[in-house]
Amino acid sequence: MAKIIVVTSGKGGVGKTTSSAAISAGLAMRGFKTVVIDFDVGLRNLDMIMGCERRVVFDFINVIQGDAKLKQALIKDRRLENLFILPTSQTRDKDALTRDGVEKILNELREEFDYIICDSPAGIERGAHLAMYYADEAIVVTNPEVSSVRDSDRVLGLLNSKTYLAEKGGDNTVRSHLLLTRYDTQRVARGEMMTVEDVLEILAIPLLGIIPESSTVLRASNVGMPVVLDEKSGAGKAYEDAVSRLMGDQIEMRLDSGERPGFFQRLLGRTA
Amino acid sequence: MFGFMLRPRKANTAQTAKERLQILLAHERSDTSNADFLPLLQRDIMEVIRRHMKIDKDSVDIKLERGDEFSSLEINIELPSSQKTPVQN
Ligand SMILES: Nc1ncnc2c1ncn2[C@@H]1O[C@H](COP(=O)(O)OP(=O)(O)O)[C@@H](O)[C@H]1O
Ligand SMILES: [Mg+2]
Repeated sequence: MAKIIVVTSGKGGVGKTTSSAAISAGLAMRGFKTVVIDFDVGLRNLDMIMGCERRVVFDFINVIQGDAKLKQALIKDRRLENLFILPTSQTRDKDALTRDGVEKILNELREEFDYIICDSPAGIERGAHLAMYYADEAIVVTNPEVSSVRDSDRVLGLLNSKTYLAEKGGDNTVRSHLLLTRYDTQRVARGEMMTVEDVLEILAIPLLGIIPESSTVLRASNVGMPVVLDEKSGAGKAYEDAVSRLMGDQIEMRLDSGERPGFFQRLLGRTA
Repeated sequence: MFGFMLRPRKANTAQTAKERLQILLAHERSDTSNADFLPLLQRDIMEVIRRHMKIDKDSVDIKLERGDEFSSLEINIELPSSQKTPVQN
């Protein structure tokens, strides 16, 4: 039976969509049949990050409203055999998303897939709420920065109270993991940015990975390729490691960005 | 010389980003006036075909590929093999 994982944060722009794309591609690379769903109704973006924006025919809302079958809306990735994308609507408003509709689609997907990754919109309104509601696990994407950590704490509260598992009140609760992204080791070294330990001390949930601030992320988004497919990049490797940990592997955290300093940086000398 | 060295040696990904956006947005700006274009098209196609033969909603598969010069719409309809004969009116 499929596992439903929500990628959430409260705050916008911290790396949820980047992480949803990378982690779902990472799972598919390991042979798991994976679908990644865009819950950001009205602001479709996952399709661009996955590079399938020209092939969107039907969307999540069309399926909820019965205008299309689920299998008509699923887009098969052209690089990875096991990867599918369910795009959101670019034109409807958030009210088109209903709990019953979401439940029905997730149940249907559960029959066929090993992993269902829900890319949450920012905020704590309807879209974010429904993205997390049926989750078995949560990846809380956080930047080492005060407002992001605060919002993550708020989201952790919601995961523990406003989800199906929480409301059911059994022993099963949503398993939350921290994914620290846009981590800049040089700024941490200079004391400008909170350390991993600082953030962990505050949020007190298991650490799934540390994704370095990396220029490859922008480049990958330019061409519509999940960054995990760039195996040479520091961010790509960090996402790979995060996927391994998600599978339960014990892997040491590595902080090196993996990227050689550019010619000019070497020429001018590193300032750190 | 500096200009040459500053330019990334690999393919320029920013240019790719710009082109992808131009194609996508050109379609979105024209499509959004009728967001239900595809569901309606599908419904109409089904209606027309049903006048001639019995088909199931599941057997219609629509694929779209938006392009720069043109877009292509591919419609696959699976016809039931036991009903090769058209419906007589
Ligand atoms: N590790 C990273 N290094 C550099 N830039 C990043 C990283 N992760 C995300 N970004 C950039 O941050 C911005 C927001 O990312 P996105 O994944 O869209 O966030 P969200 O979905 O949380 O709003 C994008 O421009 C993305 O390229
Ligand atoms: Mg996003």
